[in-house]
Amino acid sequence: MSRRRVVVTGLGATTPLGGDVPSTWANLLAGKSGVRTLDEEWASDFSVTFAARVAVEPSEVMERVEMRRLDRSEQFALIAAREAWKDAGSPDDVDKFRLGVVIASGIGGVITLLDQYDILKTKGARSVSPHTVPMLMPNGPSANVGLELHAKAGVHTPVSACASGAEAVGYALEMIRNNRADMVVTGGVEAAIHHLPMAGFASMKALSTRNDDPTKASRPYDQDRDGFVLGEGGGVLILEELEHAKARGAKIYAEVMGQGLTSDGYHIAAPDPEGTGVTRAVEFALEDAGVDLSEIVHLNAHATSTPAGDVAEANALTAALGEHISHVAVSATKSMTGHLLGGAGAIESIFVALALHHRLAPPTINIKNLDEAVKVDVVRDIPRKLPDGPIAAINDSFGFGGHNVVLIFRSYES
Amino acid sequence: MALTQDAVLAGIKEIVVEVAGIDAGIIAMDKKFTDDLDVDSLSMVEVVVAAEEKFGVKIPDEEVTKMATIGDAVNFIVANS
Repeated sequence: MSRRRVVVTGLGATTPLGGDVPSTWANLLAGKSGVRTLDEEWASDFSVTFAARVAVEPSEVMERVEMRRLDRSEQFALIAAREAWKDAGSPDDVDKFRLGVVIASGIGGVITLLDQYDILKTKGARSVSPHTVPMLMPNGPSANVGLELHAKAGVHTPVSACASGAEAVGYALEMIRNNRADMVVTGGVEAAIHHLPMAGFASMKALSTRNDDPTKASRPYDQDRDGFVLGEGGGVLILEELEHAKARGAKIYAEVMGQGLTSDGYHIAAPDPEGTGVTRAVEFALEDAGVDLSEIVHLNAHATSTPAGDVAEANALTAALGEHISHVAVSATKSMTGHLLGGAGAIESIFVALALHHRLAPPTINIKNLDEAVKVDVVRDIPRKLPDGPIAAINDSFGFGGHNVVLIFRSYES
Repeated sequence: MALTQDAVLAGIKEIVVEVAGIDAGIIAMDKKFTDDLDVDSLSMVEVVVAAEEKFGVKIPDEEVTKMATIGDAVNFIVANS
């Protein structure tokens, strides 16, 4: 039996660049930054005073009563999933036992946890909301989307820190390949812009402290990069078995060709400087995808703007792709969106699908002086046209814990 | 000082609107929390805690299980205030 093929038939997002996919994509191509100074009181005397909040607050698109039962991460998931489902043509008559959901989160409902802890301490246990547990559980975003769409093929939540969103897309791919589902709503979300998680990242010296110039703070591959910028939001993709999509006349953005998964076994937070785990993950993904190396023309890098991470990744990619790396247009979109943690791999999968669909690689902004150690071809400041004909692209994501996830997408021509 | 039934009903209406987003116009003494107003078991806990705070009464869990209608809740609060 030939392998079941999987395509992308719907996209949804709420990001620091826009409340939906079209506005996010337009601002991404325009090289806009979604980073800004926080106006919360706690931020004013904290070592990091900025982050990349979503461009459109959930309260602008969601009813008050629905919002109060949902963690912010769950709100993001529902907003993105509703857009993606509609974009896929609202296929409500799909067999629900063939419909799955795989939406990831890196941290889960941390804001709910902290808010309810404050209530516990000030007002006592009886005042703790009965919605606390469903709101803070990391599977909450996935579960709420599953409830709304009545999905019965399985609702799942991979958790691998900043690789979570990409791991979710890979899990969804396998659900369809393995014939567990014909459609899977997949992606990742994060809502962790709060004093405590930010203090934790700041203590690790992981965050940029460029407080005087927030829109220039996320600068992957620049000599003077000093850490990542925390972002929030999420993205959702509708993955669908190819014949199922064709039968209902669905619009197809791209094909999901394969994935490669490895783990570093090196350090809980630092990247392995040898990068062998990443190199192997790329090799596995190429093998799984069965695409010719010459077809790979674009790569959406993990590149978070940390001093160690960006170079380790670039070296590992060079090792995996060899001389072909010079033909790959590399985009570091976190320069504009900030780092959405568990949402990153999801929105970047959307960006790759759109890059293949529109044949345009988005830019990387804020590189003043390219780090000489970075030997990849970075798309800087303005979008770059991608070639005609069959083309493929890579989205790689890595997470604290040493998780490496590499996804490969290909242009789809009917 | 005992609260009047009207005052408690008005207060319960406010709470149910806040917690469940129900149109205040359809909330009445004979309406059932679950069947008529779509207040599920989790939201019922919110209603009870908010009512305790608002009216300064204790509503034991075994009483909550007996409160099927808005009227059941109002009458309990009036009797115990």
